[in-house]
Amino acid sequence: MLTKIVRTVANQLILFIVIFGLYVIVHGHITPGGGFQGGAVIVSGVVMLLAAFSSQELKKSLRERVLTIVESSGALIFIILAFIGIGTVFFYNILVGTPIFGRIPAIGPGPGDIWTGGVIPLMNFAVGLKVIAGLSAVVLALALFSGGEEVEE
Amino acid sequence: MAELITHSPILIIAIPLLAAFLTPLIGMASQKARNAFVVGSLVFVTFLVFALARDISFNGIHVYTLGAASPDLSIPTGFMVPVRIILEVDGMSAFFGIIWAIVSLAAAIYSLSHIASETGQTRFYTLLLLMVTGGFGMMFTGDLFNLFVFLEIASISGAALIAYRTKFADTQEGGFKYIVVSAIASLMVLFAIGLLYAQYNSLNIAYLAQVIQYTTLDKIALAMFLIAFAMKTGMVPLHLWFPDAYSVAPASITGMLVITSHACMYAAFRICFTLYGGVINAPVVGWIIIIFGLLTMFVGVTMAVYQKDVMRFMSYHAVSQLGYMWIGVGVGLAVLGNAELIATYGRDAMSGGIFHILNHAMYKPLLFFTGGALFHYTGTRDLTKMGGLAHKMKWTTILYIIGTLSISGIPPLNGFSSKILIYESVYQFHPILTITGIIVSILTLASFTKAFHSAFMGAELPEYKGGKEVPRSMIIGMVILAAGIVFVTLFPSLVVDWAIHPAADALIDQGAYINAVTGAIP
Amino acid sequence: MMEHIPLDFPFLAAALLVGISFYIIIFKKNLIKLIMGIAMLASGVNLFLVSLGYRAGGTAPIYTDVPEGTMVMSVPQALTLTSIVINVAVLALMLTMAIRIYRHTGSLDSEKSRKLKG
Repeated sequence: MLTKIVRTVANQLILFIVIFGLYVIVHGHITPGGGFQGGAVIVSGVVMLLAAFSSQELKKSLRERVLTIVESSGALIFIILAFIGIGTVFFYNILVGTPIFGRIPAIGPGPGDIWTGGVIPLMNFAVGLKVIAGLSAVVLALALFSGGEEVEE
Repeated sequence: MAELITHSPILIIAIPLLAAFLTPLIGMASQKARNAFVVGSLVFVTFLVFALARDISFNGIHVYTLGAASPDLSIPTGFMVPVRIILEVDGMSAFFGIIWAIVSLAAAIYSLSHIASETGQTRFYTLLLLMVTGGFGMMFTGDLFNLFVFLEIASISGAALIAYRTKFADTQEGGFKYIVVSAIASLMVLFAIGLLYAQYNSLNIAYLAQVIQYTTLDKIALAMFLIAFAMKTGMVPLHLWFPDAYSVAPASITGMLVITSHACMYAAFRICFTLYGGVINAPVVGWIIIIFGLLTMFVGVTMAVYQKDVMRFMSYHAVSQLGYMWIGVGVGLAVLGNAELIATYGRDAMSGGIFHILNHAMYKPLLFFTGGALFHYTGTRDLTKMGGLAHKMKWTTILYIIGTLSISGIPPLNGFSSKILIYESVYQFHPILTITGIIVSILTLASFTKAFHSAFMGAELPEYKGGKEVPRSMIIGMVILAAGIVFVTLFPSLVVDWAIHPAADALIDQGAYINAVTGAIP
Repeated sequence: MMEHIPLDFPFLAAALLVGISFYIIIFKKNLIKLIMGIAMLASGVNLFLVSLGYRAGGTAPIYTDVPEGTMVMSVPQALTLTSIVINVAVLALMLTMAIRIYRHTGSLDSEKSRKLKG
């Protein structure tokens, strides 16, 4: 555990990092970004917390059971969204034309419209959830392991 | 039912993936439900693979376009090239798919008892299902980049599973070597894919086969592909990691690794015959493959003769058997441009090589499973410490005998059928290949008999008096593979007509593969 | 200034990275150096993939405030992104195994910590 200044600054900064990461995830279909990129930004915030507080402290907040459930459900939402279109073809974009994310973008330059893209923004959310939970578990497990503790099961 | 067959290429890949992510949630609830769920999903996938293979033998190649308005709309309206991700299943892919499905089912049932005393079993089954997904994806894809992605999925899950028993140091070392070799091979494949994309702006195998010209960059890409897949299948001189990784893994995972190396051979065949089929310099590439296949056969069996660790001994034999397959298909590649020689012995040589792949996928995992049963019973893999085990392990002894007779090519078992097909056709190409093959067969039989005598025969040792036969699910896993061996033994010509000859013809004739994608404009 | 750099420069850099990483993988004995060599090989291949996607006169496929020109189809960028994600997983796995080998045998030298021979 590092000094009080570092801990206070880390506590304040994590909010901005999480908001920036969520911005990158949500706007994945109109600007560069998407599920993995935004998730990696948020996990870099978790690594900052891991360096400021020790891994034993962080283990009390990020419990392993919760991380497993979030990770599996993120992947499940992705695959179920792909299966929804199986009436036509697997991965078919059935939300085009419906009010949920269904508008067609105008051709040519202009401000990006977030309510376009069909199934793709929802898949970005699912992948973002999975990456946050998965990479946090990996980073936490490596920190605990090199500190000498074995994670059983 | 017809709807199910139309969507079956993607269902076969997506159902194990869905099951892999449901397994942690079910595993938190109860263990028996998780075991039943894993085995149930693999049984359903096996059924789907057999239905798809039967449909392909009647109706031709299946094309499935992901995300289009209908499954066979491979070129969208108004476009000239295929744009979306396409799955394409022909006779060769269906053949490998059947092998993969049967061996994965046997491995999953075998693991139910083999790892029952370890911790972290939920993660084992998740990784096993991910490895199954990776294999099916590699076999059914019609797209080069999907090949890379599914190759990596199968390799990463395989390496994590090799290092599953974390109490021992040698498992970690085997897993480390496997992941290093896989990472280097996959990055070389990615480099070659980048070279092809830079010239032709497309990643679709059928479209590339149409427009490819044999420039210098294409030759570099072909060399990188072949070296990378030779690294993954353990061709000499890149075989040094092979026994280390195979001997320390849990026995069901070793069975899966054997068929993963077969899947990498499938990828190499797809590149040589279908992608570069029209323009490749067939005699040169064929002779290179034949020479390295000869070296592989010979080095594998000579290193195996003096091994003491039972799984390491069997993995050197796996290396040498892979040499047989490379020789069979290499002879077919060397005469690819010459239609008359193809009809005389080329097609038979390729059929022999492909038939040997089927037989090897039946008897090699069976032998590894019996080695795992020996380890489960005695707690050691060292042959010098075992003895007299035939008294208590009757089922294991019988299955080991079936495997030994099969691998040495003793008639009437299935090993003999494929080896005689290879010997007769390859003799007309060059006699030295047949002679080396027969010598290797004799050495194989000698070393397996020595191992049998050391492990099973003799008086019963005092430290093993108390045990009984290995648990029932391990026996069932082995019996599934033995049933496959018996089926191919009793009906070899049926298997050759229905499964092997369509696969060999699908490789020789690349025109049907291309037409299925580019000719399908509605 | 950008016109004076020859167009082959990124490819030379990628080839240099790949060459150095193969030297490291073959000749160095420390496990951590081996892992770093593989990370460098991955970076070299990623640089190669991005630099082959250059199209003179093209613009990025983003609709907001886009300048004039034809939009490129961003396939090489998607390939690079997938490759980066896969390499993260591979490197994490290799580091875990290296830690365990160190725990069991007490040395990171690949000559001293070998148990499987022959």
